[in-house]
Parts: sequence; structure tokens; C-alpha cells
Amino acid sequence: MKKFAAVCGSGLGSSFMVEMNIDKALKELGLSDYSVSHSDLGGASPSMADYFVVGRDLEKPAAHLGNLIVLNSIIDYQELKDRLEEVLKNDGLI
Amino acid sequence: MNSFLNAIVDIFSEPAILVALIAVLGLALQKKSISDIISGGLKTFVGFLVLTGGSGIVQNALAPFSEMFQHAFNTQGIVPNNEAIVAVALSDYGTLSALVMLLGMICNVIIARFSNFKFIYLTGHATLYMACMIAVILSVSGMSFPMVLIFGGILLGIVNTIMPALCQPFMKGITGTDAIALGHTGDIGYALSGWAGKIFSKNKTSTEDINFPQSLVFLRDSTVSISITMSVIYLIVALFCGPTFIQENLSDGTNYLVYALTQAGTFAAGVFVILAGVRLILNEILPAFKGISEKLVPSSIPALDCPIVYPYAPNAVLIGFLVSFLTGVVCMFIMIFTGMTVVLPGVVPHFFYGATSGVFGNSTGGVKGCVLGGIINGIIVSFLPLPLLPIMGSLGFAGTSFSDSDYGAVGGVLGLLNSIGGQVAIMVGIVVLLVIVIGLSYYFGKRGEINE
Repeated sequence: MKKFAAVCGSGLGSSFMVEMNIDKALKELGLSDYSVSHSDLGGASPSMADYFVVGRDLEKPAAHLGNLIVLNSIIDYQELKDRLEEVLKNDGLI
Repeated sequence: MNSFLNAIVDIFSEPAILVALIAVLGLALQKKSISDIISGGLKTFVGFLVLTGGSGIVQNALAPFSEMFQHAFNTQGIVPNNEAIVAVALSDYGTLSALVMLLGMICNVIIARFSNFKFIYLTGHATLYMACMIAVILSVSGMSFPMVLIFGGILLGIVNTIMPALCQPFMKGITGTDAIALGHTGDIGYALSGWAGKIFSKNKTSTEDINFPQSLVFLRDSTVSISITMSVIYLIVALFCGPTFIQENLSDGTNYLVYALTQAGTFAAGVFVILAGVRLILNEILPAFKGISEKLVPSSIPALDCPIVYPYAPNAVLIGFLVSFLTGVVCMFIMIFTGMTVVLPGVVPHFFYGATSGVFGNSTGGVKGCVLGGIINGIIVSFLPLPLLPIMGSLGFAGTSFSDSDYGAVGGVLGLLNSIGGQVAIMVGIVVLLVIVIGLSYYFGKRGEINE
């Protein structure tokens, strides 16, 4: 099972919204075996997920998490879906 | 029969069970599987208890701080932190807060469905905190339980629909789209910053055209920023308080600076725990609210948390924060020298709200607008907690308070109405507000936004 996590500063609002969008996008992309969560920057650790989704303003402080998917705009659903599709295809998951 | 009734009443007046039931209701409405419903309900139940546990930790760190501050400066010191005050308040007003939140979300959907303000407030923690503040203030005014529930719910619904509308004209300038709104408890401050930035609308230079070091981004991590500021604040207060008082009365002989540092860390730890609890509670409730509102309100505009605007102007984020924080420090000195209750500059309100105000100011007035936005926010978050203190009853003495402009504005108006005519004036005020919102909605037409 692949784990996805959205990360933002306080882990309350924007990462939660991104989490719901990731969930929707993965369903549409046809991935079935996955889990999504969200977290604050301080609480996130590399072992928490296989893929971390952040806005571009948090790219540097989140770099230690490893497998980052960086979004130009965290409110752009299409961008998120395109990036996820690209990553999943690269890793042979879909 | 009577004992059975009592048990039912007890179930519904235990907030942890109540929020779990709300989550179960939301999950059932989404037709989730039984296992999802059970685990979701349980996690929400535990989440509430985690939150109240965090409240205990925060209070343990705040109590000695208040004593130290009182001893050092001879006045009350307030640490503005939403998580802390909400957690403290929920131990007494948990049931009412949860019910006001539920009703407020329903009212939000109803108002968005039938008026031209199509905003659905999806920032769950802000809704919970606002519900809590409204429940406390209305209860303290003497309203009965059902009245608090009805009027509190309606007020929360109005606030959550109208606040994003204030920011919407500026959001278009920032994000380039009308599809997303800002739903955060600093909305009044943000709109004010965007509006004030217009003074500099001629020959403006955007903050994003200048070179600004990004090294402060690590402060976005709330545990880091809270630990740093609380340590600095606790250490300064401990130094003013002196070793004798602390080691004799508070620390049981431990070195006073070590003690201050540990208490500062304890405060950050408490907020960390509270946030974990808030996340557990919202995890199950918010997706249900989102799904249901999308079905019931066609062409709704989601109002989201403030960091959504940060990627559009990262420099404005940092400039807004710095200016806001410095303004907060200046305001603190003004309060100390005038002998008022002192609101300490909390880095969380200054960061998140200062940053957002900076982005709004920049969108209309460039660098100068950004700085002005930061100053406006700094003044707001420094002084607005003050009028809230006397109207929150015994909570006014908890050593912490709500920190954002919308709490100050909503709470301030409620307090004003209360002093004019008590609970009757508050009820009349809420009904009048509802009528005004519906009137405005038709006045501004289908677009559902306020053009200045």
C-alpha cells in the first residue's frame, strides 16, 4: 500500500484540503490501495508516507521528508492530479 | 425511566461523545461502511479527550507564567493563543460549543443555498474555535442553553458566510480566480489591509520583485515558532521576576531560568497535543461537511485556510510577519508603560495573520501596502484581545485569549450589545444582522461579493 501525506505549517487547514483533493485525484486515477493523511511540518517524518505533497513555499523546510511532490498552487486541483499521475506512472503504479 | 432519561442527558452533555455522534452522523450521511463509521466515531471521541488533555498541559504552564508576570510587572499578562483558550474553554462549554458548531455549519449551508453569498467555510478548526467563543460569550451574558444554541448557531452561520465575502474582491487579485475564498479568522484584518494598501496603488513595486532572504521560513513550523517565542517571553519575564520569587514559590528550588525554559516548552507541548486532538476531531467531520455542502449548494465557493495565499507572494509573507511582529512588540511596550493588561506578541497570530495581511496589502499597494498591512494586523492582534477579556467571564482570567481580528470583532460587537441591553439586545442584533446579510446579498446581486 502506498501512503500519501499533505504537509503544511500547522497541519490544520490547507494540508487537510490538499489531503481531500489527493484522495479524490487518486480515486480518479484508478489507484485503489493507498492511504492519505495530513500533518504539520514539525510532526511529519520521512517514515510517515511514501509521497509528501507540499506547496512550493514549503519546498525547502520539507526537503528532509524525501519524496516530495511540490505544487505551484495548492488550490489547483488539476495541477495536483497531473503531478500525481506523472509520479505514479514513473513509479509504475498505474 | 428517570434514570434512563438522565443517562441520555448525560450522553449528550458529554462533549467527547457528542462530537463522536456528530462524526458518526456525517459518516452515515456519506453512506460509509460500518467499520469506517465505528473507527471514525471512536477517533473523534478520543480526539476530544486528547484535546482536553492538552488543555491541562497548557494550563500548567500558564498558571506560573501569570504569577511571574504579575510579580514582575504588577499587571496581568495575556498570551494570545487560540488553541490554548479554546482547550480551556471546552472543558466547561464543550457540549454547547459542539452543538453551536454543528448548527453553525447547517446555517452556513442554508444561507449559502438561499442567498447570493455562496461561501462554504471549510476551515474546520476556525469554525470550532469561533463556535466556542460564541458559546462562551452568549452563556456568560445569561442566555439559556437552547437560546445560546439557536442564536449562536445562526450567528456562526452568518459570520462564516459573510467574512469570506469581505476578502473576496482581494482574493481575485491575489490568486487570479474567483473560485476560491479565504475562510480564516483574520478576515476583517486582511480585508482592511487590502483596502488600506490601495493608498499606495500608484507606482507600486510588488514584494516579489525585490530580493528578500527566505531563511525565516522555518518559523512556519508552529512547534518551532511557539517554542522560540515562548522561551524568549518566559525567560524575559523570569529575569524581571528574579530568582528568589520563582525558586521559593514556583520551581521548588530549581534554577529559575531552567524552570522558565521548561515551562515555555511545556506550553508548546500542550499546543502540540491540542492540535493533534483538533485534527482527530476534524478528520471525520470536515469531509462530511464538504461532501454534503457541495451537494446542497450548487456553485458554492469553498472558503479555505490562510496559507493558500502564501505561494502567490512568499516575500510578502515574510515581510508581513516581521512588520506585524515588530508592531506587536511596540504595542506591548505601550501597554506595559500605560499599566494596561499586557497582550504579549504571540508568534502564531503574527506569523499567520501578519503574513496573510502582507499578501493582501501587497496585492493592492506593493511593498508599501504589504508593510502597512503588517502594521494594521500587528495593532489588531495586539489590542483586540483586550475587549474580549471581560466578556468571557472567569475565562478572562485564564492567562490566554483569542488572538485574531474576527474573534475580536464578533466578540466585541456581542459585548457591546450585551452592555446596551443584555441578552435581548444580542438576540435582536443577531436577527438584524441576518436580515442585513440577506438584504446585502440581493443588493449586490448574483455575484455575491461586496465591491468596495
